[in-house]
Amino acid sequence: MKRFLSLTAIVLVLMVAVIGCQQAPKVLKVAVLAPLSGPVPTFGVSTRDGALLAINEWNAKGGVLNMKITPVVEDSQCTPDPAVNAANKVINQDKVHYIVGEVCSKASIPISEIANAAKVIQISPTSTNTAVTVDKSGATKAYIFRACFIDPFQGKVGATFAFNNLKAKNAFIMFDQSNDYVKGLAEAFEATFTQLGGKIVGKESYDGAKDTDFSAILTKVKGAKPDIVYLPDYYNVVNLATKQAKAKGITAPFMGGDGWDSSDLDTKASDGGYYTNHYSPDDQRAEVQNFLKAYGAAYKDDKNNPKVPDALAALAYDATNLLLTAIKNAGADNTDKVKAAMEGISFDAVSGKITYDAQHNPVKGAVILKVTGGKVTFNSFVAP
Amino acid sequence: MPEKSDLPAAMSGISRRRRPPLAWVGNGFLIIVAVLAAYVLVSNLAKNPIEFLQNVLDGLKLGCVYALIALGYTMVYGIVKLINFAHGDVFMVGAFTSFYAVSQFNLHQWPQMLFPAIPAGISLVVGSFTVILLSMVVCTLLAITIERVAYKPLRDAPRIAALITAIGVSFFLEFFGALQFVFSPRFIPYKSPFDTTAWYIQGGIHPIVSGQSSPDNTISFSNIFLIILVASVLVQLFLQFLVRRTKIGVAMRAASFDKPTARLMGINVDRVISFTFAIGAAFAGLGGVLYAIAYASIWTQLGILPGLKAFVAAVLGGIGSLPGAFVGALIMGQAESLTMSYISTPMRDAVAFTILIIVLLVKPTGIFGEPAGEKA
Repeated sequence: MKRFLSLTAIVLVLMVAVIGCQQAPKVLKVAVLAPLSGPVPTFGVSTRDGALLAINEWNAKGGVLNMKITPVVEDSQCTPDPAVNAANKVINQDKVHYIVGEVCSKASIPISEIANAAKVIQISPTSTNTAVTVDKSGATKAYIFRACFIDPFQGKVGATFAFNNLKAKNAFIMFDQSNDYVKGLAEAFEATFTQLGGKIVGKESYDGAKDTDFSAILTKVKGAKPDIVYLPDYYNVVNLATKQAKAKGITAPFMGGDGWDSSDLDTKASDGGYYTNHYSPDDQRAEVQNFLKAYGAAYKDDKNNPKVPDALAALAYDATNLLLTAIKNAGADNTDKVKAAMEGISFDAVSGKITYDAQHNPVKGAVILKVTGGKVTFNSFVAP
Repeated sequence: MPEKSDLPAAMSGISRRRRPPLAWVGNGFLIIVAVLAAYVLVSNLAKNPIEFLQNVLDGLKLGCVYALIALGYTMVYGIVKLINFAHGDVFMVGAFTSFYAVSQFNLHQWPQMLFPAIPAGISLVVGSFTVILLSMVVCTLLAITIERVAYKPLRDAPRIAALITAIGVSFFLEFFGALQFVFSPRFIPYKSPFDTTAWYIQGGIHPIVSGQSSPDNTISFSNIFLIILVASVLVQLFLQFLVRRTKIGVAMRAASFDKPTARLMGINVDRVISFTFAIGAAFAGLGGVLYAIAYASIWTQLGILPGLKAFVAAVLGGIGSLPGAFVGALIMGQAESLTMSYISTPMRDAVAFTILIIVLLVKPTGIFGEPAGEKA
């Protein structure tokens, strides 16, 4: 009897679900693939929250093209295999046409292969590797986009800022020869800085995974008397190098990329330094401040204070808004039309005004942050 | 008597292996390398003597840290003929112990908290000493535990078994430490018990104010450099005294020379071995704290490279010899610093380990080592 009752109940629920679907066909499903578990769960939570906030805002305004937007959230774990499973599930079972995600390049790349083959639009908020939007032969993957700038761009922005705003004429570059991210930034910085008319007075490499003593390099820095030292590495190397530089009496400011963005950055040692980043909550542009208010109202921290969104949340919010705007501009739930609309978009996002280049990388500005008085403060917004 | 006639043949076999017919090729190569290195150094010394001296000072700092670790390697090897590869990780535990003592418990401020009347300077010195002592004690206990658990049961096993166990212990400490609830796998900014200050020399000694420039072409050094220098010299003298002049030192030398006979003479060899591990670990702990203060970023694999380089230093100086470890470490420090300055930074480790290969090829017993009488 109990079994019969529960079976009936299940059948009834299924019927309601089926009827529900039939009665409201105007639903637009958007998959959000985020690493909610695995090595970087905090990145995943921020990404999901940012994307859901954007979807809720659109739904509150009546959805897109009179369709209600339904998010399909899957945990892709920042790892290729679970990411592939999640992508197959949302495309084959949930029949989504649009994916926001993943965070990590190594998960985004396999997802992009599947999505591109299935003509599903994927927009990754934060994967910076060029291979996300470009395949092995160098051709752009037609249905794949991203919302963040790629690595070399930060080096370009850093060099422009150092030359134009800081009036630096001589730069010294320190880079990790074993890290592609660091090398990419350093090379782009060098190219742009010399192109602008600046001079690279020294270039030294090290091994960031092993080296802790930078005294010999810093002695050379001292001798070369640069106006700026470009060190686009992660915070742990920055902490070591800047501390040793201060003890050697080096006053030239250090500058880097978003690898500096960590609560573990030694703000005392790196005082006076600058770094490029995707977004800053101190940016006074209306897009940023409205986003801050909405995010703080929707999400609370442990002490029930409004949460301050990080760069991951901001980029996920931007990615989702870009996608939904493109669907609106396209005028139909058709990925070929949406793809064309994405390519022609010009959108004022939290992380700057976004247009797309031929390789589906956004052309947009970056923020410059300054380390000063033990804090990281917003310095300026640099347009591309 | 076939045995007798066998003996010279075996001997000549050994000597032939030591002196291959083409030895002059290797020696010639070494001479060319030495001449090149001397040329690079002398020409740079002539070009900018102040910068050269600065690099020598930086190398001295590295060398003194290596010396503190190398002493532990060499002492343990001298007695149990074991290369204790976990030694570098004991060094890491020393750094982490002091980090937690300072950042969680503010141990460096205890004199000021208990006795607010005493001057801040004295309080800081006493507090910092307490932190260092605590790290040394923790490392000592850790090393004794490791010895009991992992090495003692293998004392009669082939030496290779203990060596592999040492590598296992080393990996265990690194990756157990990397667990989220132990030390976590992150790079952690180290909170120093005292601030590092630096000075430059220009007709006197002037302090460098953080964030301000020091004049060009001056030599700069920091308080942590002086502390490391003094500490490693004191430790060296202390160990010399311990080994030469005390009863336990006599016991250590006896156990090193001939364990069974030492046992027959009433020496508790096991206790002597434990003591050797303990004292080596204590100074590794000291080195760990000073290293962390000097470089201010710690993670669980921080001991690997200093440990390996200190091992090379111990081999270079003659493993088993205390002055050898010290001299070897100073040479390693200079080699590394001067390679970074005058060849290229990425070559530093290559040069360090090339030294190991050359020593083993040319003089396997090291600078101060006694020629191996028995099969070592």
